[in-house]
Amino acid sequence: MAQEPAYFEFLCRMGDNALVLGHRLSEWCGHAPALEEDIALANTGLDLIGEAQLWLGLASDVEDRGRTADDLAMGRDVWDFRNHLLTEQPNGDFGQTMMRQYLFDAWHVCLLDALCDSSQAHTAEIAAKTVKEARYHLTRSRSIVIGLGDGTSESHRRMQTALDRLFPYVGEFFETDSIDRAMTASRIAPDPNSLKDPYLETIRSTFLDATLCVPEQEFYLSGGKTGRQHSEHLGHLLTQMQWLQRAYPEASW
Amino acid sequence: MTSPLIQKEAIEKLPSRNEWPLWEVFVRGQNGVSHRHFGSLHAPDADAAIRNARDVYTRRNEGVSIWVVEAKNIAASSPSAKGPLYDPAASKVYRHPTFFNIPDDAGPM
Repeated sequence: MAQEPAYFEFLCRMGDNALVLGHRLSEWCGHAPALEEDIALANTGLDLIGEAQLWLGLASDVEDRGRTADDLAMGRDVWDFRNHLLTEQPNGDFGQTMMRQYLFDAWHVCLLDALCDSSQAHTAEIAAKTVKEARYHLTRSRSIVIGLGDGTSESHRRMQTALDRLFPYVGEFFETDSIDRAMTASRIAPDPNSLKDPYLETIRSTFLDATLCVPEQEFYLSGGKTGRQHSEHLGHLLTQMQWLQRAYPEASW
Repeated sequence: MTSPLIQKEAIEKLPSRNEWPLWEVFVRGQNGVSHRHFGSLHAPDADAAIRNARDVYTRRNEGVSIWVVEAKNIAASSPSAKGPLYDPAASKVYRHPTFFNIPDDAGPM
């Protein structure tokens, strides 16, 4: 298959988004503001790490060089990760975490919905399986964003601060490069830019309910999904996530 | 040893935690079986209580249906009324339908 290297790259992007955000959510375990939210965040994190396993497992099959999903997750360094910058941003307060989650979930559902019609059967199967989880994540993060945005003056202020801080990372979702063009041409994945209007429509209606103002700016930060330049936060995240496998290579239980 | 009185004062001085109301959660495990009390949790409203119940109690595929009810809306019998409520039924074995043979394929009753 001529598009194999591009397909591998695309699968790493899918897997790394889920893996990095899943790890970020796991950092809340035992620290969330209420027991119920603690369990819900851990569940979402586990769903995402399970999804990462599926994408990276498929990436490993496509690459066919003997690297397993675990090798890809635990053996690559910052410059080989292909997640969007948004997913690696620090948790901040609970509001910032839920804002990051909502901005991601709304895009994730749009994309997985489209991937259900992928010309590649394995990709369509993974999308069909994981979109159900993603829809639940979206229901949950949406209602929390509305609850806190349209809540007290303190929670409103924090949610607006979180939106202003994170919105510049949204543009990267819709950036199209040669990998995306190869995926679109072989009808494996949709053109990222085609998701932009439905996505913006979805989040605008949520932010209207949440009484939050969507920043009017075209400027955005990118460099995560191409690996050109991650933010400084990803390296710190990987030292936590990968230390055991790096200190004790091939450790197992 | 701290006297109970001092402990009580210390507790009363704690700031109000502004807790969400308490909800009781009932889950129906499989079709044909009625909802069973699973436990309780805190949530700001009914929708959030159902979502929290989904995450706290049904993440291992335990249920097909969830009911939640705010704990304050449940009227409960008082433990001190135990005698008058239950004692009169103690010696009336004929009220138990134990004299019938129930076929196995009738399922849970």
